[in-house]
Amino acid sequence: MSNTVTDSKFLTGSARFVESRTGASAAVKEFGRKIFPAHWSFMLGEVALYSFIVLLLSGTFLTLWFKPAMGEMHYEGSFAPLRGVEMSEAYASTLNISFEIRGGLFLRQLHHWAALLFMAALSLHALRIFFTGAYRKPRELNWIVGVALIAMGMAAGFTGYSLPDDLLSGNGLRIIDGLLKSIPLVGTYVSFFLFGGEFPGTDIVSRLYTMHIMLVPAVLIALIGVHLMFVVIHKHTQWPGAGHTEKNVVGEPVLPTFAAKGGGFLFMIFSLLCLIAGLFTINPIWNYGPYDPSPVSAGTQPDWYIGWMDGFLRLMPGWLEFYIAGYPISFNIFSALLVAAVLFGAMIAWPFFEAWLTGDHRDHNILERPRNNPTRTAVGVAATVWYLVMWAAASGDLIAVFFHMSLNDVTYVLRTLFFLGPILGYIVTRRVCLGLQRKDRELVLHGIESGQIIRLPHGEYQERHIAVDPHARWKLTAFESPAPVPARANAKGVVPRSERVRAKFAQFFFENRVEPVTKDELDAAHHDHHGEVEGGHDAELAGAGHGELPKGH
Amino acid sequence: MKLLSARRRHPMALVVLLLVGLLLTGGAYALFTSNSSAKAQEYSSDDVAQGQKLFVANCATCHGMSGQGTENGPSLVGVGASSVDFQVGTGRMPLQMSGPQGQVKKQQFNQDQIDQLAAYVASMGPGPSVPEGDYLDASKGDPAKGGGLFRTNCAMCHNVVGAGGALTRGKYAPNLQNVSEKHLYEAMQTGPQNMPIFNDANLTPEQKRDVIAYVRNASEEPSPGGFKLGALGPVAEGLFIWFFGLAAVIGITVWLTARSK
Repeated sequence: MSNTVTDSKFLTGSARFVESRTGASAAVKEFGRKIFPAHWSFMLGEVALYSFIVLLLSGTFLTLWFKPAMGEMHYEGSFAPLRGVEMSEAYASTLNISFEIRGGLFLRQLHHWAALLFMAALSLHALRIFFTGAYRKPRELNWIVGVALIAMGMAAGFTGYSLPDDLLSGNGLRIIDGLLKSIPLVGTYVSFFLFGGEFPGTDIVSRLYTMHIMLVPAVLIALIGVHLMFVVIHKHTQWPGAGHTEKNVVGEPVLPTFAAKGGGFLFMIFSLLCLIAGLFTINPIWNYGPYDPSPVSAGTQPDWYIGWMDGFLRLMPGWLEFYIAGYPISFNIFSALLVAAVLFGAMIAWPFFEAWLTGDHRDHNILERPRNNPTRTAVGVAATVWYLVMWAAASGDLIAVFFHMSLNDVTYVLRTLFFLGPILGYIVTRRVCLGLQRKDRELVLHGIESGQIIRLPHGEYQERHIAVDPHARWKLTAFESPAPVPARANAKGVVPRSERVRAKFAQFFFENRVEPVTKDELDAAHHDHHGEVEGGHDAELAGAGHGELPKGH
Repeated sequence: MKLLSARRRHPMALVVLLLVGLLLTGGAYALFTSNSSAKAQEYSSDDVAQGQKLFVANCATCHGMSGQGTENGPSLVGVGASSVDFQVGTGRMPLQMSGPQGQVKKQQFNQDQIDQLAAYVASMGPGPSVPEGDYLDASKGDPAKGGGLFRTNCAMCHNVVGAGGALTRGKYAPNLQNVSEKHLYEAMQTGPQNMPIFNDANLTPEQKRDVIAYVRNASEEPSPGGFKLGALGPVAEGLFIWFFGLAAVIGITVWLTARSK
């Protein structure tokens, strides 16, 4: 094969042409040799990337027919239940794409489903990064880029959701309008600036359109570029395992193996999205009718990734609005923006907070199993529970109807969980993690209970334990469980206040922990067992039970 | 005439005169206030008598022996035949259990018995009668106009396509997809349970028909985009992408990274 390639004059000629003008071989060599470890959870970011490609392709198609204008007209298209109804050109053109353009409805649905999958894959990817500690040095900046990608993804989704100018999207915009107006002092000005006057005005669709098809995707592409560049620069992280060190990456090279797999994966995601788009309705704008500020339908919700903010608004009691010197402070609404700031701020700050807390400023290329860092895992679960409570609150009305509950009770329960849920999540998760770690210790020290009871010659009964194999044992023992670093004095011999705070936090977070099994413990356990088993029985029996433990014989 | 003048001093003359007077005023009242949407239904006195028996046996516990209402149930004077036809016809009455709202269940009476009950309740005082005919024919309505009316008047509780929605404290607006034209009309006309009344000044009979045409169209027309996922909007779509879309994706990733054995 390689002979035919090098022999082809055309190929060598053109390769030389490109190489002498771009010097691309260095980049291809660098990127082609990048190693990807194989694990399913490492592919979630790729899913987001491929969904984004589908979004770009289907979105381009939609721009060919969509009219981002709010001029009023009467619909005369083929969808009978709306014929003669007064609507904006934006809504009419979306109906046109859905019912008149060949394949238009399919591509609209593909675009929308891809957006939902994009955000879902992004979120799951972020959770994977968090729970395995992949954001630690040197990857903190890339973690921040990822957080920015989530924020921009939400912006892209929301601007797109608002474009068709149907009842649902208009209601969503009304909430955005309310959020903007709730900003103290400048709120009304900001809202009037965005909408070009009083809500809804006649400008908003064309303005959102510019953001949706130009600004936001451009920023997204730039961020994705930076994100992937960092992935190459930092090299991939990997799970702990025999032969996996902080200085190597064990996996498949991009060229040829991983590139082939990745290409296939792109088409699988593409076809999965096509399948969903072809079979399942999404955002049936023809049901919602044209936007009119007066009606609001029951079951009006934003797309899932905005849901948590909507849910927070639903949980918020109305009495949090008050007046200062005659000016209303709509804290009941404005706090949704604060909550978003808290969540995103916490995500950005966490890597630095953790490094400060633990005093660990080393590079980390080996991931941690979630159970092996119980504190982080518990904090992550607490944040997830908090998010989920707000998310559930966004669909409180549907929960009430489908489970035959009182809407008020659902709201009260979720309000309580808003405060208690994260705390419970933290406590339970930490206990579970510590328990799992103890189970791991148990496994390493005593092996797996085989269920075989043997009787020794002197009459004693024992259960045979099968030692875990060395590869599994590596996974179970290769982790760190650093003790909290106590408050230390600085160069002047003074313990600063910040250091004492840090030590308090560290104590709280890392006081309870489980040490990994050391070699000495392993040897000791082995000898103990040997002692038990000894007493007149033959060596073969001991070998069957403990033969896999290599040391100490 | 001679017959009349001869008996004008008959002891019963006053009674007859009173009766005629009452009938005339009552008839005129009924004529001017009657529901123009549906032709007044004729019930025989036998229907009323049968209805009373059914009423006493099944309804009086809560509504009182003569429908005057008790602590446990409202007065039925003036609710009209239409209300009875809706409440009993959809199985909501007699109540399955007490709760925030009457539940739809299997009808407890057949249509003849419902008519008899309606006759009895209608005899307590004038109220909207059971709609008939033209205004129930969805094909004569304009679903586009009805859609506009539905979004303005109904969608905030029943959802844009009538999929239903939550109200306060366990009450809810039911799904409208399998509700008959007659029951849709009666519900608008009588405002059962938590629903407001849309009388003929609010929504004319023609407009009610447009609304019915819209609801029928929304629930019967095939969905252009494929499976509707309950027509519940973004929540159902979000759940679908997480539990089916992302689950399929994870299945693919596990398959792609599986080691050949």
